[in-house]
Amino acid sequence: MDVGALEKKNKEIRRRIVEILGEAHGGHYGGSLSCVEVLSALYMNEMRIDPQRPDWPDRDRFVLSKGHACAAFCAVLAERGYFPGDLLQTFNKLDSPFGMHPDMHKIAGCDVSTGSLGHGLPIGVGMALAGKMDRKGYRVFVLLGDGECQEGVIWEGMMAAAHYKLDNLVAIIDRNRVSMDGFTEEIMPLGDLQKKMEAFGWVAREVDGHNIEQILEAFQAVPFVAGKPSGIIANTTKGKGVSFMENTADWHYREASPEVTERALKDLE
Amino acid sequence: MSSFTAANDVNRLAKMPGRDVYGIALVEIGKENKDIVVLGADAMGSCRCTEFQKEFPERTFNVGIAEANMVGMAAGLATCGKIPFVNTFGFLLSMRACEAVRTDLCYPNLNVKLVTSMFGLIAGTGGTTHHSHEDLAIMRSFPNMTVIEAADGFETMKAAKAIAKHVGPVYLRVGRDKVPVYERDYDFQIGKGVILRKGKDATIIACGILVSRALQAAAELAKSKIDVQVINMHTIKPLDREKVMQAAKGKVIVTAEEHSIIGGLGGAVAEFVAEEGLKVPVKRVGIQDVFCGIGPTDELRAKHGLTAEAIRDALRKAL
Repeated sequence: MDVGALEKKNKEIRRRIVEILGEAHGGHYGGSLSCVEVLSALYMNEMRIDPQRPDWPDRDRFVLSKGHACAAFCAVLAERGYFPGDLLQTFNKLDSPFGMHPDMHKIAGCDVSTGSLGHGLPIGVGMALAGKMDRKGYRVFVLLGDGECQEGVIWEGMMAAAHYKLDNLVAIIDRNRVSMDGFTEEIMPLGDLQKKMEAFGWVAREVDGHNIEQILEAFQAVPFVAGKPSGIIANTTKGKGVSFMENTADWHYREASPEVTERALKDLE
Repeated sequence: MSSFTAANDVNRLAKMPGRDVYGIALVEIGKENKDIVVLGADAMGSCRCTEFQKEFPERTFNVGIAEANMVGMAAGLATCGKIPFVNTFGFLLSMRACEAVRTDLCYPNLNVKLVTSMFGLIAGTGGTTHHSHEDLAIMRSFPNMTVIEAADGFETMKAAKAIAKHVGPVYLRVGRDKVPVYERDYDFQIGKGVILRKGKDATIIACGILVSRALQAAAELAKSKIDVQVINMHTIKPLDREKVMQAAKGKVIVTAEEHSIIGGLGGAVAEFVAEEGLKVPVKRVGIQDVFCGIGPTDELRAKHGLTAEAIRDALRKAL
């Protein structure tokens, strides 16, 4: 898909997120809207996948470590053809396959159940290790929230990935600088994540996380160095695209009335 | 450690510490199935993973002192078809890595085996930081989890082989004591207790090293004409309800385990008996609701009532 088409698609995906979460009576708007470009670049362009065969053993893997961006993830999966988008009307309803955090046994195309922060990177390390053991060519992409990099286990996973030379592993950090209570740098500063990753044996670069060209260029360049895991710090805006949701913790999780949903959708026209 | 393949060499294996047998079993399991991988957290020697490591270095991962990461990695490996055997101390698997076990393994029902040979009061002088008398209760509360404790070296071989074939998460305790229970081969089935001694008056339901002590207690009680049945309840979850139901026909049930009386084998049996309205008292032998402090393992065990005498006295008192 070319850049123009992707950008158009991303607008539709953002509208879909707002619609899903409106119908769901609340959700994680901020962190879903911040990672749309990364998710769509992966699923529409970069990953070797086949929606007809979600369990294809040689597929690239994806781990939504920031599982609370489930609405964005599901909107992208539907867009890519894993299941009909209409199904997302059940989001958060009793016994729906779709809810606040993704379940690998209920959602076609979801490789790992996630939701509790910090868990995704170690799991991705295990997947990448299995790929190396089996000499498979697949790659593993893990999308981390920046806030969850405050969890110690993330850095245990970072050490292990470098130690096992997992150059088939790519961690993208959605660096939107806002977590549930406020700004990450005020609550517990994460500082220079690129330097931190490199100190842990990764090769990392920063991109504008809303610039499709920069994101695709970075994906095409992985592994940045053979024998090392690759990190991409995607500088993003929390709540991107909806003026009153941008760069604020107020819309990390919130319920939007039908009127507010309408206003949000207007912003995304 | 000598390597041999006689999995049915009952006499030799039964007399060995469970953890040494586990080391042998791992190599055998590894030979039978190339998907078996071994993970450890800087306790490979202690957990008897070194023989496997020598035989299959490319399938062995010492991830350093990072247990939550180890369990997460095992989950990732399992989603790609590997069968990880994850090894470290019981308190670390059940508490440090607790949430990863519950959320990354049990919730998606992944095929990962957690094995420990440091649990209960085994750490002895290591003190409370290294004791683990909550692990059975914690592990038992997770849906999809199977919880097993082997009674002797022979049963360790049986259990290790059985869990390698079982699909789903398992927590296995393998001991360090020489406590031979078995003298001949038997049918080990996950979820099926083993009647080691028949008796009509009362039943002792035990697991782990307390099985050998239960047999001693029963022999002792026989001298006073008390006819006691002994069940080795090697699988704490799923509980063999039929055997408990049958035991409830006697005058009393005594449970015995190297664990808190809260939430482990005794808890499981008591819950079932109460729920079913079975008319039999249940006495739980185990560590009371306390931390146990420092001491040589067997002295600590004696202090906290993990002995044949304690089982005997509990049963007598209940009768």
